[in-house]
Amino acid sequence: MTTRPGNGAIQRGGGTLAALAVVAVLAVFPLAVTNATVTTIAVDTLVFAAAAVAWNIFSGYSGYISLGHAVFFGTGAYTVGIAARAWHLDGDTVFALLPLAGGVAAALSVPLGLIALRVRRHTFVVITIAFFFIAQLAATNLSWTGGSSGILAPSPNWDATTFNDPFYYVGLALLVAATAASWLIRGSRFGLQLRAIRDDEDRAAGLGVRPMPVKLAAFVISAIVTGMAGGLWFYFIGQAIPQFAFDPLFDLSVVVMAFFGGLGTLSGPLLGALIIEPAQQWLTLHYTNEYLSEILLGALFLAVILGLPRGVIPTAAEKIAALRARRRSVPAREAVPQAGRAGQAAP
Amino acid sequence: MGRQIYEAIADGILGGGVYALMAVGLTLIFGVLDIINIAQGILVVLGAYLSYTLSVHLHIDLFVGLLITVPAMFVIGVAIQWLFIRPLRGRDRASMSLLAAYAVALIIEGVLYRVFGPNYVVLTASYVTSSVHLFGFYLPDIYLYGFALAVACVAALYLLLYRTRFGRSVRATMQDQTAARLIGIDVNRVAAVTFGIGVAVTAVGGMMFGATSGGFNPNSGYDLISRLLAIIILGGLGSIGGALAAAVFMTTAEALVDIWSPDWAVVVFYVALVLVLVIRPSGLFGRAPARAQ
Repeated sequence: MTTRPGNGAIQRGGGTLAALAVVAVLAVFPLAVTNATVTTIAVDTLVFAAAAVAWNIFSGYSGYISLGHAVFFGTGAYTVGIAARAWHLDGDTVFALLPLAGGVAAALSVPLGLIALRVRRHTFVVITIAFFFIAQLAATNLSWTGGSSGILAPSPNWDATTFNDPFYYVGLALLVAATAASWLIRGSRFGLQLRAIRDDEDRAAGLGVRPMPVKLAAFVISAIVTGMAGGLWFYFIGQAIPQFAFDPLFDLSVVVMAFFGGLGTLSGPLLGALIIEPAQQWLTLHYTNEYLSEILLGALFLAVILGLPRGVIPTAAEKIAALRARRRSVPAREAVPQAGRAGQAAP
Repeated sequence: MGRQIYEAIADGILGGGVYALMAVGLTLIFGVLDIINIAQGILVVLGAYLSYTLSVHLHIDLFVGLLITVPAMFVIGVAIQWLFIRPLRGRDRASMSLLAAYAVALIIEGVLYRVFGPNYVVLTASYVTSSVHLFGFYLPDIYLYGFALAVACVAALYLLLYRTRFGRSVRATMQDQTAARLIGIDVNRVAAVTFGIGVAVTAVGGMMFGATSGGFNPNSGYDLISRLLAIIILGGLGSIGGALAAAVFMTTAEALVDIWSPDWAVVVFYVALVLVLVIRPSGLFGRAPARAQ
């Protein structure tokens, strides 16, 4: 790489500043915009952004594409619903159940991971789909999940004018936590091991990475955040029924978001969620015939895969790098005699 | 009770023939193109709707209609492969193609919803409701015809794969794509035609599914694809014989559990899948997994 030592630090500083700026804008957003339709879409977007970042922590970094994360989303939703009903919780206290939702999703993800992570590639994808259908069927057929009519959330007791705000800030906190976790993992030894597995699992194993614990840890972390997002979503929507709590479109949506922004990048899934989820919600609102939004989502997805196969962030980064290289190469050609010395001077 | 069990086994075997046909298409596509065509479920539903349109609007018999729907589905399959699968390149090609197929499935589902609406429809004909008395059981005619047709199609596929020059190029491509290319096989053409054949069988499967499932709507694709995936993974990805055996095994198991609890019968598919994979990750008849590229 031709990056000079100072460059990374400057970029990292810029990244931190940009992240703080994004968080600040998102934090004041409900103060500036009070339109309930907009803030409803905003809460939904935060939930999906957290889920997309969580999905990326496992699938993006490890290369194991999971199409079954709706299992954890639905588990989180049902956990909050059942616990709130059993303990007669309402109002703010329901938010205190979110860690429990994450915990139950984590507890479920361990056996599922131990089974599914024995196989790779296609088979893994299919196993995760199978888990998804088992979960949906179980939610429909078990006695304590309320069957096909589902489970109702306690009604929040706060003021109607700022109704969405508590959901918004809890969602924002979850998103910030998920992104921080993704950032920490990406830079850590653990993150390196995950990416080594993605690039070549057998070689990684040969170099001393123990694939199973590493993959499983990422799977569990991802499940925790997804479960909490599901719990928040449930309280916000007010109801969980099997086909919406365990929704195949959820799986597809988070994958589209991650692919759109850039699979395995830090900010890609976030960017994808912030663009795709509002667009999708807007389409659903404006074309109440939901089938059109399905067609458009599919078409958008195909366009992303065929047109930007590596996602927005990596493609943009490449373009910027190419532009910089061209700008640098123009003076370099004029100063050919000094090139050798300059090369030696570079560390 | 004993009688119920015999009936369940008969139902399972006859129904398994149809699932076998749909699963063979899926496993063939996997073997040659190394992708999972997740749109197979909705394509079966599309095939069912084509049969439905022909029989309701043009009054064409379900089996005669196959002469139109099978070539139509073949063309659709080739088009999907050519437009959306073939252009994919690079390291993530396998997972990308799976997602592309998922997107195609969503679009087809949305179009079917817009054209036909969410109401359940059923394919009808005189032989759908009539039945024959055989060995003391009543077996619906459609199951017998459909089973015979499925067996004929699987036999035809077998002959195509093992007795023709094209079949030899398909099997060569399944074994080693680079080597097949080196000895002069047009791998792109083989891939397109295989995808077409794999989708064409969904016309037959869709007609049978539409006539025997007791009603279908555009949402039925999810249930179908999940069963088909369970079947081909259980049988071992890329193994045609494995897909046949797994299809009959799964539908029979489902029919048996159905006696005890209809609600949980569907889960049998996935529980069997999980159990098998815990013991044998490559499936019942699968080859040991090759090292990932």
